[in-house]
Amino acid sequence: MLHSSPARVMRDLLPALSLALVMATIALLNPRAISYLGFTLMLNLAVPIALATVAQMFIIAGNDLDLSIGPFVSFVSCVGATWLIDKPAAGILLLIMSVGGYAALGAIIQWRKLPSIVVTLGMSFVWQGLAILILPSPGGTAPDWLQALMNIKPPLLPFPIAAALVIAVAAWFGLMRTSYGAILRGSGGNAVAIARAGWSLLKIKAVLFALAGLFGVFSGLALLGVTTSADANIGSGYTLLSIAGVILGGGEFVGGIVSPVGAIIGALTLALAASPLLTFLNIPPDWQVGANGVILIVVLAARAQIGRKAVGT
Amino acid sequence: MRSATTLLSKPWTWSFFGAAFVFILAISFTGGVGAADMITTALSLAVFTIVVGLGQMMVITLGPGNVDLSLPANIGLASAVSMTLMNGSDSLVAVGLLAALGCGLAIGIANYLMIRALGIPPIVATLSSSFVVQSMDIAYGRGLQIKPPPGFADFINLQIGGVPVSAILVILLSAGVALLLRRTAYGRSVLAVGQNARAALFAGIAVERTRAATYALCGMLGGLDGALLAGYFRGANVDIGNEYLLSSIAVVVIGGTSVAGGKANVPGILGASLFLVLLLTMLNTFGVSAGVRLVATGLVIAAVVIAAGNRGLTDPDPG
Amino acid sequence: MADAPIVCLNDVEKQFGVVRALDGVTLDIVNGECIGLVGHNGAGKSTLMHILAGTLMPSGGHVLAAGAVQQRYSPARAMQLGIRCVFQELSLCPNLTVAENARVYHAVLRGFGWRRNAANLISAKLNEIFPGHDIRPTDLVQDLSIGRRQMVEVARAFTETSGPARLIILDEPTSSLDAHASRQLLAHIRRAVGLGTSFVFISHLLGEILGCCDRVVVMRDGKIVAGDRTAVLDYDRLMMAMGGTKGGMEAAMQAGAGDAAPLRVRARPVRESFGAELIAREGEVIGLSGLAGHGQTELLRKIFLASGRRRGDIDVRGSLAFVAGDRQNYGVFPLMSITENIGVGSLAQLREGFFLSPRKESALAETWRGRIAIRTPDMRNNILSLSGGNQQKALFARALGSEARIILLDDPTRGVDVTTRLEFYDLIRSETRTGRTFLWYTTETEELMHCDHVYVFRNGAIVADLARRELSEEKVIQSSFGEAD
Repeated sequence: MLHSSPARVMRDLLPALSLALVMATIALLNPRAISYLGFTLMLNLAVPIALATVAQMFIIAGNDLDLSIGPFVSFVSCVGATWLIDKPAAGILLLIMSVGGYAALGAIIQWRKLPSIVVTLGMSFVWQGLAILILPSPGGTAPDWLQALMNIKPPLLPFPIAAALVIAVAAWFGLMRTSYGAILRGSGGNAVAIARAGWSLLKIKAVLFALAGLFGVFSGLALLGVTTSADANIGSGYTLLSIAGVILGGGEFVGGIVSPVGAIIGALTLALAASPLLTFLNIPPDWQVGANGVILIVVLAARAQIGRKAVGT
Repeated sequence: MRSATTLLSKPWTWSFFGAAFVFILAISFTGGVGAADMITTALSLAVFTIVVGLGQMMVITLGPGNVDLSLPANIGLASAVSMTLMNGSDSLVAVGLLAALGCGLAIGIANYLMIRALGIPPIVATLSSSFVVQSMDIAYGRGLQIKPPPGFADFINLQIGGVPVSAILVILLSAGVALLLRRTAYGRSVLAVGQNARAALFAGIAVERTRAATYALCGMLGGLDGALLAGYFRGANVDIGNEYLLSSIAVVVIGGTSVAGGKANVPGILGASLFLVLLLTMLNTFGVSAGVRLVATGLVIAAVVIAAGNRGLTDPDPG
Repeated sequence: MADAPIVCLNDVEKQFGVVRALDGVTLDIVNGECIGLVGHNGAGKSTLMHILAGTLMPSGGHVLAAGAVQQRYSPARAMQLGIRCVFQELSLCPNLTVAENARVYHAVLRGFGWRRNAANLISAKLNEIFPGHDIRPTDLVQDLSIGRRQMVEVARAFTETSGPARLIILDEPTSSLDAHASRQLLAHIRRAVGLGTSFVFISHLLGEILGCCDRVVVMRDGKIVAGDRTAVLDYDRLMMAMGGTKGGMEAAMQAGAGDAAPLRVRARPVRESFGAELIAREGEVIGLSGLAGHGQTELLRKIFLASGRRRGDIDVRGSLAFVAGDRQNYGVFPLMSITENIGVGSLAQLREGFFLSPRKESALAETWRGRIAIRTPDMRNNILSLSGGNQQKALFARALGSEARIILLDDPTRGVDVTTRLEFYDLIRSETRTGRTFLWYTTETEELMHCDHVYVFRNGAIVADLARRELSEEKVIQSSFGEAD
């Protein structure tokens, strides 16, 4: 009576269906885009978006929200474009410290029982300001090793898809298959129960935020590798893209319910829908932003409607 | 009434203290020069944060997850619509204001419908609608710098003995919202829904109507703000509302309203708005760069929230 | 030669602000005994349990275990000592599977193959305690009914990995279980006691306590006031010790309304589009019964939400009010005062012009404070300052204080002490005399004696329709399970 009904299977497949729909639309409008080169170009920004989405996923798994991930990604890419080139040791240290900073933030949020929305809101100002201080105007270059990494051409799959696969498997395994991953997710489902079983909620929150910071660093570096120069404002859209990606992928804001694979698929869908799809649809520039909004609405509404049928309401 | 200690123990009074503290820092830097002007300007600017802060407060009080991220776009569109309809003529001010309110109302209802009928979480729903509204504004405004009618603009900028009239009006507005919240069935319903939506449903409260009305109210306050901002800055434009996204949420939380919903604090909105505006004024007075200003603002917001902690109610009865 | 005690509480005290939850409790628990812990709500049973489990620290006195004073007692330490606890509010993570929840409980379940080990561990225990259950280790807890969740939670407390379970504390462990599973659990407890495990068994069901425990400890106002072996106790003596009135369960033999009374509710349960329907007439008390989680709550909610309108299989004629049994999720507004919690059901009536009248609201609250005996120094205090039973009273007052003519009761006396229950029964009876109708879902068959008519549910449908004179506990249980044999 309660084991995988057809509706629930449908709901779990929804992220993939959305992606397929977007790809089908693109294929219809511009068949040549469906090719190795086409995917590589359309999805080149998908990797940093996917990494940022995974970062957000760890936070959402703990019933929090990170409104600073976008500026953090900008900050990291600015550090990468300057310090990692001029003083690489110091740059790496700075990045490690910022992951530590994320962990510390998580610990403070848990310790003082703070609303993460507001604290990360404040931190978004901080990361943004730091990014501007490090790189007042767009510029800098990407380190060679980073560019080389982001330009790998795997034999069968376009790099972004191959990278997304690797990230998805890693995130899925870490969060859904390991024994500590169950504890991390459990803290979002029933924190009191986890505490009663003897686990340290402080440590759990710090770990979740540290993971978010780590993937935020990966995202910033990936972004730098793809765009080869940095801009303090470039990451601003990533906050909301990452949230939308997690939700689109089947995650919920409350309850510790997230899907790593779904989140990555959601990120890919949004990366495609955000720009390439619109270009092919010949949407006038004034309306591009609005079209993004409409796409988000359509995709999320579909997810909610199918989800309702799965639950039987 | 143990007046002094109760006053100090209330979280929102700290925001007024914070505002005073920051003000003192600022004028000590200038050596006392321009203090009166600083207060007047701060009051004038705080008005706009307070108006959207009140709307955001109502939405956030509806319960966890409720927030309106469409306010900046709302403000931008309303500023364009109202100024266009006023058409530079003082006799059309009422028409323009009504149009701004109507525009905001429509956005609020649209947000609610997306949340309710389409099942999209509020954060993403209001964000998506902000994209759509932004495009509408760009297409509608088409870069025209529409000027407000002179009488209207003068009124918004009017001061009596250094106190902006708009500030006095906004205090009245806040009192009205406080009364609405505490002494009407609607206000009680908002608090109930925010504390326990299922219990509210089974206590016979019209949960969905309450939510719809609240998003509509917030939308209208955003629309109003758009018209007022256009009057104050003597021109409408798309980006006029951008800074109010983060500040509307910040004043709600710094002012003592609970992000978990069900507990709202109107005086806190006033204090926190004054505090934020004076903070920025102080930083400007110090002459810091954009980067430092952002870092300082962010650290201060974070520090205030961390220091206040979460006076969440813990269950004193374990069984 | 007595066994060394598993744990000793020496003059333990616990204070929450001005509230003295525990006022000097001394208790020794040795191997192989089942101790029943009884007392009214607010007597201190839950606090005592939390102290034993390590989730609360005493304000005074000592906890001794393994012969030594425990200076830094904690849940982890308690686990090490083999002390487990099943709390009344379930401690499962709904977003994890049953096996993953078992892993949460045992830190050693990690490394390669942890998932399989956890699944085997919990399945084996479920099979041992509740043979015939249908729970899979891969089930997500949020998909399980509350009865099944309780089975998982209880079974989990018995699982052993790095050390034996020496003392298991159970707080109302059968509150969400149906009669069949309850019997299985009680039988298992007796077997475990025989093998040396000890239990602290908290329950309001004095029948269970007397049947399952070796000795009973009675608490009142934070102290242990009586204790004796169950062999020398009976129901009435226990009630007296608790401070309750003698002989509680006699049915009030009022004649119910006849067939001439106007129809108030007609409803068909969710999963059947034909078959038996529920009919309630004005002034009647209609009971809903059967195994827990078989559609009773769903029907009550459906009736409430259909209010006023006529929706296919539901016909309601009159205004409705709902008293939730799950007060945390469906009842209480945690940031509001007691007065406001009561008044929220009557907002339209409290209006004076455009605004709500604080005067009318406090008047309503004071009326009900008297009628239903809400124990509090000030009705303007936050509702969570009340004990659980008194919070339930406030929810009753909310519903009865409204103008609703039909009152829906969703197992509202679960976990409520006997004295309060008796007050409820009297209240229901007197309200019916003013023409109010009650639809009452209860998991305790004894309470059905107060009903004029009982509908028994099974698998979401009504399978039996028993008038007062036909009622007997056997009949109800029989119908719950279907044809005997």
